[in-house]
Amino acid sequence: MKFSENWLRELVEIKADRAALAHALTMAGLEVEELTPLGEGLAGVVVVEIVGAEKHPEADRLQVCKVSMGQGEPLQIVCGAPNARVGIKVPLATVGANLPGGIAIKAAKLRGVESFGMLCSAKELGIDADASGLLELPLDAPVGKPLADYLGLPDASIELKLTPNRPDCLGLVGLAHDVAALFGSAVKVPAQASTPVSSEAGRGIRLEAGADAPRYLGRVVEGIDPQARTPLWLAERLRRSGLRPISAVVDVTNYVMLELGQPLHAFDNDTLEGDVVVRHARHGETVKLLDGSEAKLDSGFVLIADERKALAVAGVMGGYNSRVTDTTHNIFLESAHFAPAAIMGRARKLGMHTDASHRFERGVDPELPRRALERATELLLSIAGGKAGPVLIAENLADLPTPATVTLRRVRLKRVLGVDVADAEVVRIFTALGMHIETVADGWRVTAPSSRFDIEREEDLVEEVARIFGYDNIPTHTPAGALTLVVEPEARINELALREQLAARGYYEAVNLSFLSADLLARWGFTEYLVPLANPLSADLAVMRPALLPGLIEALRHNRARQQERVRLFEVARVFAAGDPPLETPSLAIVACGSAHAEQWGEAVRPLDFHDLKGDLDALIAWGGEPQRWSVHADGLPGWLHPGRGARVARDGETVGYLGALHPLLAKTLDLGPDVHVLELALEPLLARRLPKAQPVPRFPSVRRDIAVDLPEEVQWAQVEQCVRGALGSQLKALDLFDRYSGKGVEIGRKSLAMGLILQDASRTLTDDDADRCVREAVGALETACKARLRG
Amino acid sequence: MDDLESRAAQAQAEIDKADTLEALDALRVGLLGKSGIVTAALKALGALAPDERKARGAEVNRVKDRLADTLAARKQVLEQAELDRRLASEKLDITLPGRDGERGGIHPVTRALERISAIFARLGYQRADGPEIEDDWHNFEALNFPPHHPARAMHDTFYFGDGRLLRTHTSPVQIRSMRGRQPPIRIIAPGKVYRSDSDQTHSPMFHQIEGLLVDETSSFADLKGTLAEFVRAFFERDFEMRFRPSYFPFTEPSAEVDIRWDAEDGSTRWLEVLGCGMVHPNVLENCGIDPERYTGFAFGLGVERFAMLRYGVSDLRAFFENDLRFLKQFA
Repeated sequence: MKFSENWLRELVEIKADRAALAHALTMAGLEVEELTPLGEGLAGVVVVEIVGAEKHPEADRLQVCKVSMGQGEPLQIVCGAPNARVGIKVPLATVGANLPGGIAIKAAKLRGVESFGMLCSAKELGIDADASGLLELPLDAPVGKPLADYLGLPDASIELKLTPNRPDCLGLVGLAHDVAALFGSAVKVPAQASTPVSSEAGRGIRLEAGADAPRYLGRVVEGIDPQARTPLWLAERLRRSGLRPISAVVDVTNYVMLELGQPLHAFDNDTLEGDVVVRHARHGETVKLLDGSEAKLDSGFVLIADERKALAVAGVMGGYNSRVTDTTHNIFLESAHFAPAAIMGRARKLGMHTDASHRFERGVDPELPRRALERATELLLSIAGGKAGPVLIAENLADLPTPATVTLRRVRLKRVLGVDVADAEVVRIFTALGMHIETVADGWRVTAPSSRFDIEREEDLVEEVARIFGYDNIPTHTPAGALTLVVEPEARINELALREQLAARGYYEAVNLSFLSADLLARWGFTEYLVPLANPLSADLAVMRPALLPGLIEALRHNRARQQERVRLFEVARVFAAGDPPLETPSLAIVACGSAHAEQWGEAVRPLDFHDLKGDLDALIAWGGEPQRWSVHADGLPGWLHPGRGARVARDGETVGYLGALHPLLAKTLDLGPDVHVLELALEPLLARRLPKAQPVPRFPSVRRDIAVDLPEEVQWAQVEQCVRGALGSQLKALDLFDRYSGKGVEIGRKSLAMGLILQDASRTLTDDDADRCVREAVGALETACKARLRG
Repeated sequence: MDDLESRAAQAQAEIDKADTLEALDALRVGLLGKSGIVTAALKALGALAPDERKARGAEVNRVKDRLADTLAARKQVLEQAELDRRLASEKLDITLPGRDGERGGIHPVTRALERISAIFARLGYQRADGPEIEDDWHNFEALNFPPHHPARAMHDTFYFGDGRLLRTHTSPVQIRSMRGRQPPIRIIAPGKVYRSDSDQTHSPMFHQIEGLLVDETSSFADLKGTLAEFVRAFFERDFEMRFRPSYFPFTEPSAEVDIRWDAEDGSTRWLEVLGCGMVHPNVLENCGIDPERYTGFAFGLGVERFAMLRYGVSDLRAFFENDLRFLKQFA
């Protein structure tokens, strides 16, 4: 809602300057979004008439004008505007004036000709953006009068960011009532007189849309002057309120809408056939609208029609074929009440948003149509002449909204706000807001004016009191309620701690958007159980991500393309899968590429490999305290992993995620090398943590025996470990693999493993013989189960 | 006797000249060793008469002690020199970079989000959560947004084919936390939210934190106090602050909170940082809580906004580009 400050001041007494007014509006919930001062620095600018214009002897594009200020000799002004000509009235900045743009006017010689001032465009004066030529004033503009006085300047254009609950402030008169309550002053809105009826012309109106359109007023005005010009004052008010003057009829309807908040529409009466019918649209019915678009309707729309055809979409926009043109002499004015529920969402459905729909869907005072119609008639006759027919009224009083009567209890007011508001102040506030108030034993019974659609229950009244009383006047207090200690389960790793742990291991946390393109996902092989958006912003952001890795790899690529060779990123977020309801699973993903460690002066550079990433996973698993519940498997890998360098990770035998090198084919399509390694796991299993249960520290020393065996290449370490553990039972405290070798000295197809056996017994010190026996048993088991041979 | 004295004097000079520990040890053996001259002189004492033996013995022992002291002193000098040499040879360039000293970092949005959550945790607010794919009832209807209400149009919503939607705010967590539970309730609900809007100042995904307190005593004054404390704690400084009437369907009275922010150019301006209000009785009723017995307040804030203000980030989009040159600034 944009309006002229001067206009508002005409409607209500405001005992405050502009800044204080703006502050008061904002602090009353009518937020001032923009405030543009208009017409500052117009001292010395006056209205003049051009009485002579001759070509400049030395310059093609300049004219030497003579202008009259009403008295004294005409002044000589050199002017370059294309529209400068004899007979028009324009603004003159006289010598000594300082224009808003910083131009100081001096007497000067232009190409040898003396000039005593400057004829101005609207832009040069800071009152409009138009710089195409001189600001042409109406021919009846008073010569010699200061321009500011004539245009009602200075003024300001104020734009409010109104919340949807305050449609009453979408008209200046409604706004004036709120301002009056804020400043404790009175509104100055005169009562609306009825225009004398001077013609018989009328038309039947049939209401057939029930409660959706309970009141419809019309009036025929015949014989208007289609060429009538909108007076400057009205055009200026429209302009300062953000509307472009169009024609007398349209400008009058817009003006009344701004003033009272009631949207009006004018039809060309000669295009209407028979009665005006207000009815629901038929499914598939179409109507061509003012903007030239073709609206396809359904039965949810209210339509304005005549007996033969659809005319306009009620509360949204008028029709093209019944519009007022520059040859229209007879008009039919519409001023109606449509129920908010009948208009809500309708314009949006048509892909539009209009001043009318904006107001009707929020609620327009049902008592306004008559007043607005009279006001529009009065203005129209004074501007364009014509004869007004009788006011045509169709209404279903039973379907009109009735203002609710709501009780506000004194104790409730205090309870919700936390402050005592004096009874007299409460009464003053409600009265100033135009509410009908009745004092009862425990509070007040309040009936809102018909313009207020937002007063339905007690809290609505609490808000009104708070708003006018001032939020600033409510004290600041700390809640006193009992404080319950928030318990964090110890058997669960805090998510932030997990992130910090990854950061400590060299990873940076990334945050990607939750949606990706279906194409990218298809490259990774994600084509099933997807959750696509119905209205994505673009195809790139169309599907909820089923995994974090595809997006995270894109982030890695972003950095690779920016000279970052070594990238280590992780992300924690939800992934989505189809279901009812859709599944949301918190997930952790890691991507890494480049060297295993940052370049260092004393260490050889080594490319990152599978076991680097597995080390990160091992560290996270170890944190949970139960590594024995975890396992990795070479089978059941997704297509995006390298089949020989990938692992399926399970906890208690259940798959929870994957890690490994990207599949070379996928890496190639993404323009990545073999160094890129990834991991993605469900987050929850990683956060599970064992609550420690202490055991006594062993009292007897441990002994260590190292053995080296060679065995077939395909035997996995996990088998070796399981075999040795099985053979030695509880006496084996730890089994440390310290070397793995294949090549010279080892038969082809076999590898050598060297490991340390840490042996210990809970009840005695192990002897050399005990240790030797353990070694024999371990080697024996390995020979049988793993085709191992002891190495010298 | 004179012979021993002169030999000792000579040895004294040799000891001072010895420049290795080995040479010094050879001298020691020649003097005090089994067949050293001092040892020989001591052995020779047995052949002397008792009175002569006593005087001579004292004299030999004096020489012996003197030589031992000289040897020890020289040894210390040589050892010190040896140590100095070794230490000098072991000197490192301690300014060379250390090994494996790098670390990563958490995302600035996480950092701000966790800081905010931690502040409220200290005030007894329990962390709560809800789905990101929501239904219309939780995201709108239960929060007092009637169907087609213009307030919905302010939430540019992403929909799914089945009518579900991506939550446009964290407020549905209020509903999920209150349903089937009775006050007192204090929850804080951080998470991702979505609006179908994307430009320089809007991201289609961003983070919000929702706070909710419901009990038998809370008022608008408590809401003001809580948020004033929070803003002070988060920024670690006092701000001029104002509560402005506003409108959210699920709170009444509603307010927006502005803080007076000092721009880098020295100017100040009001910056909107929070939306809040007293929980609307319709919402309490929708959750089975008696609005006569209980009142409450709720607030919501954009985490990116707080992170931008706290860490001086000027471009919202930087948060989601994951450029390491950006992320490394928050390590």
